[in-house]
Amino acid sequence: MTAPFGRRALTLIARREIGPYVVLAAADRGATAAPGQFYMLATAERWGGGEGERPYLGRAVSVMRIRGDGRVEFLLEDVGPGTRRLIELEVGEDLLAVGPLGHGFDAPARGTEPLLVGGGIGVAPLVAVQEAWGGRPLLGFRDGAHAAGAELFTQPLVATDDGSAGRRGMVSELLEEQLAERPGPVYACGPPAMLAAVRDRARAHGVSCALALEAPMACGFGACYGCVVATLDGYRRVCVDGPVFDAAVLA
Amino acid sequence: MIEFCGLELHHPVINASGCFDALAAARVFGEELFDDFPYAAYVSKTITLQAREGNPPPRLWESAAGLINSIGLPNRGLRAYLDVDLPALAALRVPLITNVMGSTAQEVGELLDALEDRQQVAAIELNVSCPNVATGLDIGADPAGLQALLEAVRPRSTRPLIVKLTPNTADVAACAAGAEAGGADAVSLINTLRAAARAPERSGFWLGGGSGGLSGPAIRTVALAQVARVAQRVRIPIIGMGGVACGRDARELLDVGATLVAVGTECFRDPAAGLRIARDLAGGLPQIAR
Repeated sequence: MTAPFGRRALTLIARREIGPYVVLAAADRGATAAPGQFYMLATAERWGGGEGERPYLGRAVSVMRIRGDGRVEFLLEDVGPGTRRLIELEVGEDLLAVGPLGHGFDAPARGTEPLLVGGGIGVAPLVAVQEAWGGRPLLGFRDGAHAAGAELFTQPLVATDDGSAGRRGMVSELLEEQLAERPGPVYACGPPAMLAAVRDRARAHGVSCALALEAPMACGFGACYGCVVATLDGYRRVCVDGPVFDAAVLA
Repeated sequence: MIEFCGLELHHPVINASGCFDALAAARVFGEELFDDFPYAAYVSKTITLQAREGNPPPRLWESAAGLINSIGLPNRGLRAYLDVDLPALAALRVPLITNVMGSTAQEVGELLDALEDRQQVAAIELNVSCPNVATGLDIGADPAGLQALLEAVRPRSTRPLIVKLTPNTADVAACAAGAEAGGADAVSLINTLRAAARAPERSGFWLGGGSGGLSGPAIRTVALAQVARVAQRVRIPIIGMGGVACGRDARELLDVGATLVAVGTECFRDPAAGLRIARDLAGGLPQIAR
């Protein structure tokens, strides 16, 4: 989907906390996005002046849910001055947004049920994937508090590092069991170590594997070349060539 | 209409090289982008003779009101620029300024030769922030060396030659004077200021390239001082840039002697920044960027 040109103000219409995560819902009339696409977000007021006199640049945030009803939802976690300022936003205040951006997930082949593997805040784009195409969510979280994020999904299987919710262990172990039982295309988003494990398991089972990558980026629309990832074909921009890549092309 | 080195521009706001990619933007925002292009001229990323992969990531560091980048001038090289990019840019309705970099006068000369018969290229900007292999200094950091470079390459092009000065030098006005004496038609400044960020968890520097270049509002007052000094020293026109985010910032650079203003890092935050700033300027009303 192409984005309207330029940066526009979107009013926050709802804000909900789910464990340590915050769902921000903004009014964005007529907006559509493919699962896996993202927006660059900033707040209209007081963007700057936080820790280290930041934030300055917008933050790339996955679309968590967009249904064509003029509402777009994002999932955020406080990991720095940008996300901190975004989650402080109150209903009625404005976001500045550019998007939707990037190349999202492709629809699964007819007759296949995708396995949706998410880690931490990386579960966000998989909510959109499940709403669009279904699939079995396999979710990994640090602990029980973070595992509250599983409520965004239908019929998720959960693993936590400390065993305080779901299975104790890695989400890649859940994936291994599922792949052994009923292999399907893998859609994943999460921290780099998780993605590496997911990629290895998918390859071992001979199933396709699409990874939504995260990278710090200045612009989100291909101008700065700051967000590159190494592929078999050299560096590629996560913002315009991704954020979703076929795991087979990554170096 | 604004006249700049024989080019006619609709307003005085253009993009800084490497801060707006018209072809990527047309894919993201649609081809209509070319109908209402946000900049009065389009300046390309730096083109080199050979393709460059650029620096290893991480390439970005957000600093206080600014950005340090260590991108490393990735590009597919002159041949791909001529064969792929120029045809794709045919829909562009504003003048195209091609930015090139070579590490020697011979390399720069080859680049100018190759662009000479491309009518599409309205002007050429020379990136002289390339290290001199012999001295390690940027080739544009030494006034006499810069003059010699311009004298060597000037005969190779009939296009306006704009020299993108480096601020990482002892005397930027002397460099500007050297460029003018060597035959430059204009100068543009400031490029990014050399900067670095620590990565404590790795006991080293954050950026894959080691150090990088600082841009954004953090450097705006440095730009203002350098543009003002250069304007007092040379007669050729100046493209002023460095941290411009709104009409008021652009107005200040014009007031101290710039003919055009380029928008760099603000393009990253707002792809339509050029239109917004040009409107601010035309309205004469300083506005808070929104």
